[in-house]
Amino acid sequence: MALRFEARGAASRAMVLGSPAIAVVLTLAASLVMFASLGTDPVRALQAFFIQPLSSERGVAELMVKATPLVLIALGLSMGFRANVWNIGAEGQLTLGALAGGGLALALYGYESPFLLPLMFVAGIAGGMAWAAIPAFLKTRFNTNEILTSLMLVYVAILLLSYLIHGPWRDPDGFNFPESRLFHDSARVPVLLQGTRLHIGWPIALAITATTWILLARHIIGFQIRVVGLAPAAASFAGFSRTRIIWTTLLAGGGAAGLAGVMEVAGPIGQIVPVISPGYGFTAIIVAFLGRLQPVGVVFAGLLMALTYLGGEYAQITMNLPNAVTGVFQGMLLFFLLASDILIRYRVRFVP
Amino acid sequence: MTIDFLVAALMTIITASTPLVFAAVGEIVAERSGVLNLGVEGMMIVGAIGAFATGIITGDPVLAVLAGAASGALMAFIFGCLTLWLLSNQVATGLALTIFGIGLSALLGHQFVGVTLAGLPRLDIPGITDLPFIGPLLFGHDALVYLSVVSVIAVAWFLRHTRAGLALRAVGENHDAAHSIGYPVILIRLLAVLFGGAMAGLGGACLSLAYTPLWIENMTAGRGWIALALVVFASWRPWRAFFGAYLFGGITIIQLHAQGLGVAIPSQILSMLPYIATIVVLVLISRDDVRMRFNAPACLGRSFHATG
Repeated sequence: MALRFEARGAASRAMVLGSPAIAVVLTLAASLVMFASLGTDPVRALQAFFIQPLSSERGVAELMVKATPLVLIALGLSMGFRANVWNIGAEGQLTLGALAGGGLALALYGYESPFLLPLMFVAGIAGGMAWAAIPAFLKTRFNTNEILTSLMLVYVAILLLSYLIHGPWRDPDGFNFPESRLFHDSARVPVLLQGTRLHIGWPIALAITATTWILLARHIIGFQIRVVGLAPAAASFAGFSRTRIIWTTLLAGGGAAGLAGVMEVAGPIGQIVPVISPGYGFTAIIVAFLGRLQPVGVVFAGLLMALTYLGGEYAQITMNLPNAVTGVFQGMLLFFLLASDILIRYRVRFVP
Repeated sequence: MTIDFLVAALMTIITASTPLVFAAVGEIVAERSGVLNLGVEGMMIVGAIGAFATGIITGDPVLAVLAGAASGALMAFIFGCLTLWLLSNQVATGLALTIFGIGLSALLGHQFVGVTLAGLPRLDIPGITDLPFIGPLLFGHDALVYLSVVSVIAVAWFLRHTRAGLALRAVGENHDAAHSIGYPVILIRLLAVLFGGAMAGLGGACLSLAYTPLWIENMTAGRGWIALALVVFASWRPWRAFFGAYLFGGITIIQLHAQGLGVAIPSQILSMLPYIATIVVLVLISRDDVRMRFNAPACLGRSFHATG
């Protein structure tokens, strides 16, 4: 008996939603095997990973804190991915956003004003956009592959961050630690729930989700993005400018990542440190795919991926598992998702 | 004195360039067959830890190098199954391979942090390696350096002068035509992908066995991506990739020496050089849209599904 894939007449809508579910189940099964081979009790490990973090109010709040940057970045990236614009440098755009917004907070240190924080947000968005504008310009003007340029700029951004906090931005009273000084109160993102780190970033992310949904589903630009991605030739006959779509999607992705970055340094972190993000910019790629490049899906996928970060921390504390398990987990999930996605366009037939 | 310094600098350039040669030439073979594997970084880092762990456990450098290649090929096999058989998007799958590889290598390497390895033995022919200047430069390297040169020659010859190489290129240029005259498209592509993975694994092995003989998390530091850029830079030709790799190795080492000599530029700014150079080179090479399309394999990145 052999397995054969037969093309479906039309893409299966059920499988668009079914494939992430299959992927999650397969990832859980595979991780049972992984934990067993690491010599830990697999059931206890899964419990530490997925149940324990959610059993307290603080844990749930922390889940949203970690989901905020993931959802924001993935929203921007999914617009690009729909149009076949592969911005994979969100990590760098996040860093530049954090530097632009955080730099403003440091420059205006001690300045008390309700306008400071919104200004920092604008600076963060502008910083992320500026970093994303480089691959957009090179792609539209010189036909340079945006995957490689945006990724190279991640390394440049992280080195820039390292230079700034080892040099000009280092805290003068910080015993030579490579950290900036702590932001003052006006430059901090307000906390929503006392006793947790949940801040206004989460409702902002949800509001941006709603806006993105309207843009993509109801606005002409969303239609153009889809056509450019699915049928480039049709798009050019219709007069949709590919250059404009490349600029729009890259700037949207960069701006969203920049906002996520400034919210991280002005929110949970409170200063500029050598490592601002535990790879949110890369994980957001998985979030975008897992969320089916749909705004609402991205929110759920963002929460799930946030849980893998949180679970990784719990498992590290309670079971002494290395933190890297999180990365393996995330990679496996994306593998299984991409594999199950074949069921959207093909049906499996057993040929005797 | 100056001669010694020059020799030392050239020797480090060669050590720094060899991983790039392996990874880029391997990726050229995969891309010439029409498969765009963006997971070079992931295969490289898993190759690095596979080689290092085997080196520590067995103490045998040959086994360590083989393990590096095998780990890279194993990663490539996952990629091959997903993209060739399950027809997944090659760009997304390559990204997944990199994310997975970085996580997996950190997990496996957890217990090897801080352990050092003796490093690979270097060739030492009495009387010849001792020759001034030429001696160490030509006859004073580890086996991987020579293997990298051999692999460039072999791949260039294979692609140009063998029947199998012609079949591989045919599959990369037009998979439907290749299929219709009876070439096993999926099998040829799988073999090309596996070769690319093994070569990326060897590149990783160079890093953890020779360049810095110890395990550091994320030690590839974007070299896999630079190798991908080199493929474009080389217009998919092995010899050009070889020279490109040495160009980048040279930039890396020159900025390191500049840091060592206390140039008044902050070290982080100098460390940006290889990445910025990659961008500049990509811009220069891809400016000409027509030439790019002429050089790139026509079916690069497209899935093949035989109907009927």
